[in-house]
Parts: sequence; structure tokens; C-alpha cells
Amino acid sequence: MKQPNSQPASELMLRETASQTAGPYVHIGLALAAAGNPTRDEEIWNEMAKPEAEGEHIEVVGTVIDGNGDLVRDAFIEAWQADSQGVYQPAFDLEKPFNSFGRTATTFEHGSEWTLKTVKPGRVRVDGIDEEHGAIDDKDSDLASARSALKMAPHINLAIFARGVNIHLQTRLYFEDEVEANAECPVLSRLEPSRRDTLIATREEEEGKVRYRLDIRLQGEGETVFFDF
Amino acid sequence: MQDANKRFVERDRNWHPPAYAPGYKTSVARSPRQALVSMQHATASELTGPNFRGLRMGPHDNDLLLNFSQGQGLPVGERMIMFGRVVDQFGKPVPHTLVEMWQANAGGRYRHRNDNYLAPLDPHFGGVGRTLTDDQGWYRFRTIKPGPYPWPNDVNSWRPSHIHVSVMGPAISTRLITQMYFEGDPLIPLCPIVNTLKDPDAVETMVGRLDMARSRPMDCLAYRFDLVVRGELQTYFENQ
Repeated sequence: MKQPNSQPASELMLRETASQTAGPYVHIGLALAAAGNPTRDEEIWNEMAKPEAEGEHIEVVGTVIDGNGDLVRDAFIEAWQADSQGVYQPAFDLEKPFNSFGRTATTFEHGSEWTLKTVKPGRVRVDGIDEEHGAIDDKDSDLASARSALKMAPHINLAIFARGVNIHLQTRLYFEDEVEANAECPVLSRLEPSRRDTLIATREEEEGKVRYRLDIRLQGEGETVFFDF
Repeated sequence: MQDANKRFVERDRNWHPPAYAPGYKTSVARSPRQALVSMQHATASELTGPNFRGLRMGPHDNDLLLNFSQGQGLPVGERMIMFGRVVDQFGKPVPHTLVEMWQANAGGRYRHRNDNYLAPLDPHFGGVGRTLTDDQGWYRFRTIKPGPYPWPNDVNSWRPSHIHVSVMGPAISTRLITQMYFEGDPLIPLCPIVNTLKDPDAVETMVGRLDMARSRPMDCLAYRFDLVVRGELQTYFENQ
């Protein structure tokens, strides 16, 4: 039986499957504990760094706020970040001390805050090449390659899914105590100053624990910058 | 470390639903008013993503007939196989990628503390599954066909039967969450969430097809749902 999207339609390309909202019950599928349901042996959740992971251990927290200023209590968030050395670790494995990928959610509990337990990411080169292991072609010195060797400021990529969000919103979280790196970041520095601050998490310290806070505002005053890429 | 020469076909945001789609009321206060900021050059942060071959799954993670009851009983409803292939826009299979799904039971009730619909829970049905695609991009679940359910949008709005589907693909750029609807369901064209899409061909990409050849006689029907994620390109000449 023919699939509607099994034959290339135009330009010899298939169309991407269309997005739909994750809906109000996304947690039963992707955040089982947050839905109050039994979990499986291994879940993809918000402890990205175990105590033995290298780097500065931090908690990253926030809320999600809608255009009326109300808390979004049913958001689901995915995080993707480099390790403390600025290297992405794609092979997800819960036995490793650090995973670059994590998930979190807001619910009607815990003040409707999301939380990630992680380490502060290192700076990543735009082209992702790890200087220790990757080859850099010194002869290549034009603008494009100079750009690709630039280092971005430490950041965590966040994708926000929720009821009412038809296609997930992609943003980045930066750190307020990385002033110099933030000023040099080729992504952050492109933003208008009035909007740049919406991506910068504030630092809090409590009983020796370092916590960064970023509230994500979906709409209106102080609206978070969302990216298309 | 990362493949610096990779990029993905641009996402067609007129094909996907817009953020603001007032027929779906929750989108009104949850859609950005500012334009998205386009990255002219995606960086390593967007061109990479997790792979889950190291995630240890249970034996019934993709079998919703067995994975909640733990052998204590079978769920009520239409037994069905949901299967399909994950490919990219060039038709290239996407192997070993994580496909997750969740759904209501046969009566349209979700096993979630916030779902207060009067249709009862099924003691033998949880409604969550996950699997990895195989070498050729194929995935497969066994489940119960979910029922439609009412929701507070218009005075009398009902979701068509649907299964929420989540796929990662090779990078966070290809990340996608969608819903599979069922061929022939008359609720599809009435649904405000379906109707966030402007192009009827885009709606068709979300409709699972009855596949008698893959059904099991005297056991269960089968629906095929192929998923297409953004095509992966090599960037020639960018740095030359």
C-alpha cells in the first residue's frame, strides 16, 4: 500500500513529517516520573552529570511563562550541551559520568520549575572540532574557516515542547558570569542587546551549591529569543 | 570529533504549523510574538545530537500489550501493530534512532494524574513505548488503538484517535514530535490541532495507513507510519 509521503514529491526530496504539539500528557511518554507513573529501568532524565563527572557541578533551573504571565505547568524540555571540556558526548549511556543529553519538565509540583543537574559546559568551537584531537588546517585562513574556528561561549541548547506549542521552540541558555566569552560568542553577539539578556541565566549560590536560573518567556515582555536552524 | 561538513535541509516553516494558530486556543498565549532568529550557519551545537544505542531497554518497551500489566492481563481494545520506517528527506534510512510514543487507552483516557475524563483507566494498559530503528530504519510497536477524547477548546472539541510520536534523528536539528492519526477517521478534518497545518498534503504525512499485509490473522491489524526527518547534506565548498 502506497504511503502518502514515500515518493519524492518535488526536487527529488521528501517533505519532512509535519510537527504537532506534544500535548498536555507528554510526560506519560517522555517524563514518566513527572506524570506520577512507574518508570522503566533506564530513563532519560535530568541528571546529566553524576557526582564523579569532571567539571563544575551546577544546577540549572527555571520556569516557563506564557504571554499572560502565567506559569506553564506542563512543559517538557530537552537539553543538549558539551562537557566541561567543550566536547559533545553523543553516545548516551547512563553508566557514564556525564551525558550531553538530558530531559526535564515542569509540572504542577515543585513551583512548576524545571531542573537540570549537570556540569558547566566548556566553550565549543563553531565547527565542533576538538583542538586536542581534531585536525586544523593551518593553511586555510579565509574568513569562513576563521569563523569556524571561533569559540562559542558556554551554553546549553534547550528545546521546549508543550501543549499549545505546535512546533518545539529552540533556544540557548548562557551564563551571566561568562562576560568575556559571551561578548565574543558568534551566536550571542549577533543578537540585539535588548534581547540578548533573555538567554542569560543568573547565578545563585546556596550552601556552596551553584545554581543558574533562567525563566523562559514564551511571549510578550522579555520574550525569550528562539532560533531557527 | 564532529563532522564539520554536515548540514540539514532548511526546515519549511510554512509546511509545519505556525506557532500562533488561534483555532487551537492554547497556542494564543504560548506562541512567540517576535520572529525566530535564523542561524545563517548552524554550529556544532545544532549539527550534533545524542544516539541511544547505549540505552538499555526492557524486553517489552515497544510492546504496550505487555509492558504495563507485566503478564497480569491483557488490555481491552483493538490490538494493532504500528510500524514504519524513519528516513530522511532524500529517502536515506535513519538507523538506530530513538522512536518513542505515548497514547490514551481504547476509551480515550490517559494514564496521567491530570486526565480527569470519565472514561476509565485500563488496569492493564500504560500507554508508553520506545524502540530504536533497526539497520534499515524500521521500527515497530504493538499496542491498542487509542480512542478519541474530548478536550476543552471549542465547546465540543474531540481529538481524533492518535498516537504521539517522538523521533530524534541524527542531530538536535532533526528532532521532531508529531502525532499519528488513523486513515479514514472523520474527526481528523474537524480537529483544531490538525488544522494548525495549512497544507492538506502536510496533514497526510501524519496519517497512518492500514496495512493488511503486515497484520496478523486472528490476532491484530497493522498500521504503517513512515517518518521523514530533515535531509542531511554535505556542505561542499563552504570553507574553500
